[in-house]
Formats: sequence, structure tokens, C-alpha cells
Amino acid sequence: MKRVEKLFKEKKNILNIYLTAGYPNLNDTIEVVKELANNGVDMVEIGMPFSDPLADGPTIQNSSQVAIKNGITLELIFNQIEEIRKTVEIPIVLMGYYNQVLQYGADSFFEKAKAVGVDGFIIPDLPLDIYEKEHQQKVESLGLNMIFLITPQTTDERIILIDSKSSGFLYVVSSFAITGSKSDIQQSQIDYFKRINNLKLKNPKLIGFGISDKKTFDTACQHAEGAIIGSAFIKAFEGSKNIKQTVKEFITTVL
Amino acid sequence: MNYEVNEQGFYGDFGGAFIPEMLYHNVNELKENYLQIIESNDFQDEFKDLLKEYVGRPTPLYFAKRLSEKYNTNVFLKREDLNHTGAHKINNTIGQILLAKRMNKKRIIAETGAGQHGVATATVCALMNLECIIYMGEVDIKRQAPNVARMKMLGAEVRPATSGSKTLKDATNEAIRDWIANPEDTYYLIGSVVGPHPYPDMVARFQSIISEEMKSQLIEKTGRDYPDRIIACVGGGSNAAGAFYHYSNNDKVELIAVEADGLGITTNKTAATTQVGTEGIIHGSKTLLMQNSEGQITEPHSISAGLDYPGVGPLHAHLFKSGRGTFIGATDKEALTAAYQLTRLEGIIPALESSHALAALDKIEFKPSENIVINLSGRGDKDMETYIREMSY
Repeated sequence: MKRVEKLFKEKKNILNIYLTAGYPNLNDTIEVVKELANNGVDMVEIGMPFSDPLADGPTIQNSSQVAIKNGITLELIFNQIEEIRKTVEIPIVLMGYYNQVLQYGADSFFEKAKAVGVDGFIIPDLPLDIYEKEHQQKVESLGLNMIFLITPQTTDERIILIDSKSSGFLYVVSSFAITGSKSDIQQSQIDYFKRINNLKLKNPKLIGFGISDKKTFDTACQHAEGAIIGSAFIKAFEGSKNIKQTVKEFITTVL
Repeated sequence: MNYEVNEQGFYGDFGGAFIPEMLYHNVNELKENYLQIIESNDFQDEFKDLLKEYVGRPTPLYFAKRLSEKYNTNVFLKREDLNHTGAHKINNTIGQILLAKRMNKKRIIAETGAGQHGVATATVCALMNLECIIYMGEVDIKRQAPNVARMKMLGAEVRPATSGSKTLKDATNEAIRDWIANPEDTYYLIGSVVGPHPYPDMVARFQSIISEEMKSQLIEKTGRDYPDRIIACVGGGSNAAGAFYHYSNNDKVELIAVEADGLGITTNKTAATTQVGTEGIIHGSKTLLMQNSEGQITEPHSISAGLDYPGVGPLHAHLFKSGRGTFIGATDKEALTAAYQLTRLEGIIPALESSHALAALDKIEFKPSENIVINLSGRGDKDMETYIREMSY
């Protein structure tokens, strides 16, 4: 069974942590992922740094700029994942923008990702119809997952459509926001989570955007199979001297 | 060949809407409504009335006698520089503000580079009494202080974009993020034929008034409703889109797009997207853009802030790839020379952007019988600091 499907079958309250590849230092990707796995994180989302990340807030954009300056490339990210896979078994999802995939060559990108042990992709600006027409067959034939986003403005009809094209899980954007926005979870958001649950979708759901600590993580877990933390984790590296320590301390504030 | 956008928002291989789901609702709402609204009589009446009474249209198609003598041909200047606020930008902001009002939006956001689109947006927001927030790169805020002051005087809030290169590209990213965070009451008023469908088509339609007027003006002046060539500068490409619009299917008209070569296309200080760019995605649209092999978008350079953009609208990428458009470039220096020349020959100080189109006169061989239209997209008031600095007495 595929790693992502297996995880959702066996475990509840999934914690997925986003990290930016090549941040804070070029080769930290490997140690950060290993430490996340050692500290009980269920899945990681590795961000492929992009110059113009429209869906992300300033924290992730800044970490991406640092990583690009550090010299990160897709080839290096694939090498790092290959190294990570020697010891780490948790699912790894790549997050990035469609232009990066196109410039690498979409088919080569998916094949290479499969070869190094990637399980799936989150490409926020890849339109559903383009995916269906140009990439779905390839992605599915390689046994990989394509994860799409839904938001509070996505209609029920469209959620069902997106669910039908997605595999692995659905990324439930918690609010009208870019990544890194901070606030407690409001009643209107809970109503939205309930609306989604009533649709009886085929995919499990992870809630992302605005999840930053134990309180928000626990709330998210009441309404979905788990949650994704990104910006709050990236912020933890500001002024960090010791990767191991930083990861450990951050995870104890969530789990 | 078809130069109109198809239902999926593509011009040939280019265009579309490559946007995150967070923008889907907004962009789709616009896509579902824009044609019906802007084609309605009620909209067209108000739009045309404001263009006439407020903007000052039609703009003259001026026969430039001394310029024509110098190049031994017939040069006409489409005087978009005489519009209210000093450039063609206001044709589009008038159109979009009327659309925003009909869609019951209360808050207007826009990006700006040199500040011309920001001023044109702040102007129509003042006119319509709507809240206005302009995103502008921190670097551009410093180098375009007079326009920042104009926007503030008009009641707009100018928010600095502090990410990335702190210029137009980053201001656009910030505006898009604002729209993601405020999807219900906010209208994003894009200033060029860029961005996700339907923006390129919508902006081209609002700017098409330029070539619509040219047709009747040319009949009057030349006895024929089309010229032999139209020359326009291209950054994102809105003035060129408007000047080409009604002639794209008339093969007798050569469409000449002039990009900013900056310091030269063999240097890395250029904004000549079709010459140094490759196919990819920028700001939600598949088009030609300047990028490295990793797909990271690179920094453009042009002396003209309005052409300092690493992409080009999808319509222009299509005109380039299909061969319908002739794409040439003018360097910073060539644009300056052309600006000083127009000033001395015709008594018109052009915007630095438009000076790139004027520079094309030195690069093309003309027949004496030809009629050439140059789209003089804006006036040079905003560029006086550069002109004074670069002037050699």
C-alpha cells in the first residue's frame, strides 16, 4: 500500500509539517526531516523554493529567498530526499509552483520524484483541468498522489469535483488567508469544516493555514484527520543555532 | 489565425488561469460576469461618456510633419499622452471601476510600477468614492516620489511591497495576496494585459478604444481606415494591445512591438522578454517570461519603470510566436535619444515608455508613401528627473 494511504488507514490526528528545502542552510533539509520523523511527526511537506510564491505569506517567501540564495535547486532537493529515504519512512510530499515543474519537464519531474521516494505533490497553481488533461495519467501510473486545495469559498459541487481528482488527502485551507496568518479558529470556520464533512468525500482531509500550536492543532483534529503546520515551524528557525534542538522544542509545543 | 481569447482564456498556447484555489472564486466570478456587464448598453453609455467628458477622448491622431520629413514617410502620433492623468492607463481604470461598482465591490486594490497605473486607479476611486489601496515596490516608492504624492493626495493608501526585488513584480504578488485575504468585498484592478484570464482580454477590450478611434481618424486623414504599420512599446503590453486590437486580423497592417532592451539583450540588464525569455507561468498566466533554468523569475532592467517587467501579456506572446507581430527592441540610450528628438522636432515631451516606440523609427526602412502610426502612450512629466540627469548640453 502507498505510504500516504497506509498512514491515514493506521493513524488518527495526523501531523504534517511543512519545511522549506535548503533552509536555513542548504543541506539542513536532511537533518530537519530526520528530526521531524524522530519526534513523531507523521508526514512532511517539503517546499521547493520559488521566487514568486503567490499562495504563501512573508515567512515562507523569506525562507524561500534564503534557500534560493543558498543555492537550492530541484536536482539538489531530489538528492536530499534520496539521502533522507535511506532512514526515513514517513510520507514525503513536495510542495511548489507549476512553473518549476514545467521548467524541469513535467514527466521527468514526476518520474524523478518517484525514483527518489516522494509520495505526492501539492502544486497550488496547477489548474484542475490542466492536471486532468496533461498529468493525471502520468502521476497515477507512477502510483503518486496529487493533492488539491479547497477553501471556504469553494462550492460543494466544486469540492466534490476536486475530491474526485485528488488522491492521498485534501488540503483544507482553513480561512481567507495566505500562509502564516495567525488567529484562533472561529465558529464560521468550524461550520465550514462541518459542511465539508457532510459531503462524505473519498479522501481524508488535512487542515492547513493558521495552524500553529497545540490548541489550533487539536481543534483541527476534531474536524479532520489532521493538520498541516508551516509558517510557525519556519519561524522557529529564526536565530536557531541547533537544528535538532529547534525541531524537538517546536514539536513539543504541538504534540 | 485567431487573435481573440478562447473560452478557456488562451491565445494560442498562452494565457489561461494558473491560480491557487484561494483565487478561484474571485477570478471565476469575474470571468462569468465581465462580458455580460461590459457589453451592456448601460455600461457602454457610462464608459463612453466618461471617456469623452472626463478623460478627454478622442485623443488626436496628430500628423507629425517634421518627424515625417526626417524619416521621409508619413508619421502619425496617437496622442494618448493627452489623456487625463497623462497616459493610456486611465482607459482601463475607468472601465474596470465601472465593472467593480456593478459587481458591488467596495474596496479597490491595484499594483503599480512607475505609479502611472496607481495614479489612474486612485483617480477613478476618488471619482467613484471607493476605498483604494495601491501596492508599490519599496524601491519604486523611492524613485517615483511625485506619483506617490499624487496617489496620496487622491486619497489612496500606498502600501510598500517589501518582498523580493521590491519592484512591480513584488507589488503584483502583494496585491494578489491581499485579494486572497479579502475575497468578498475587494476588486483587484490590474493595470496591464497580464494576469489570469479574463484580465488580459478585459484590459485589451478597454484599451481597444485606441485603435477604434484610429480607424475613423485615418479615414479622415488618409482616406483609408488602416495604416501600413503601427508601432507601440510593450512592457506588459496594454497600450500595444489597444493600438493593435482592431487590426490584428488585417494582414495589411504590420504590428510592431518595441520592447525595452535596457543596456542590451546580451547583458543581463534587459527587459526584452520575447528575446531572452522562455515559456512559463507568471502571475497566473502562461506566457513568455524571463527566468532561469530552475523556473525562478529573474530581475528585468529598463530605464523606463513602465517596461521594467519580466513577462509580457499572453496576447503578445501569441503575436510573437505566431509571427503576426514584429518584435524589436530599443535600449535605454536609444529611447532617450528618441525622446530628445521628438521634443525638439515636435515640441512634445514623451514618456520614457513611449520613447521606446519612437526609437523604432531608426530601425525600420520606410517608403515615402507609407502611413505609420506610433502610439504615444504617455507624457514625459513623470520622467523629467531622468531626462534632466541624462541630458547632454
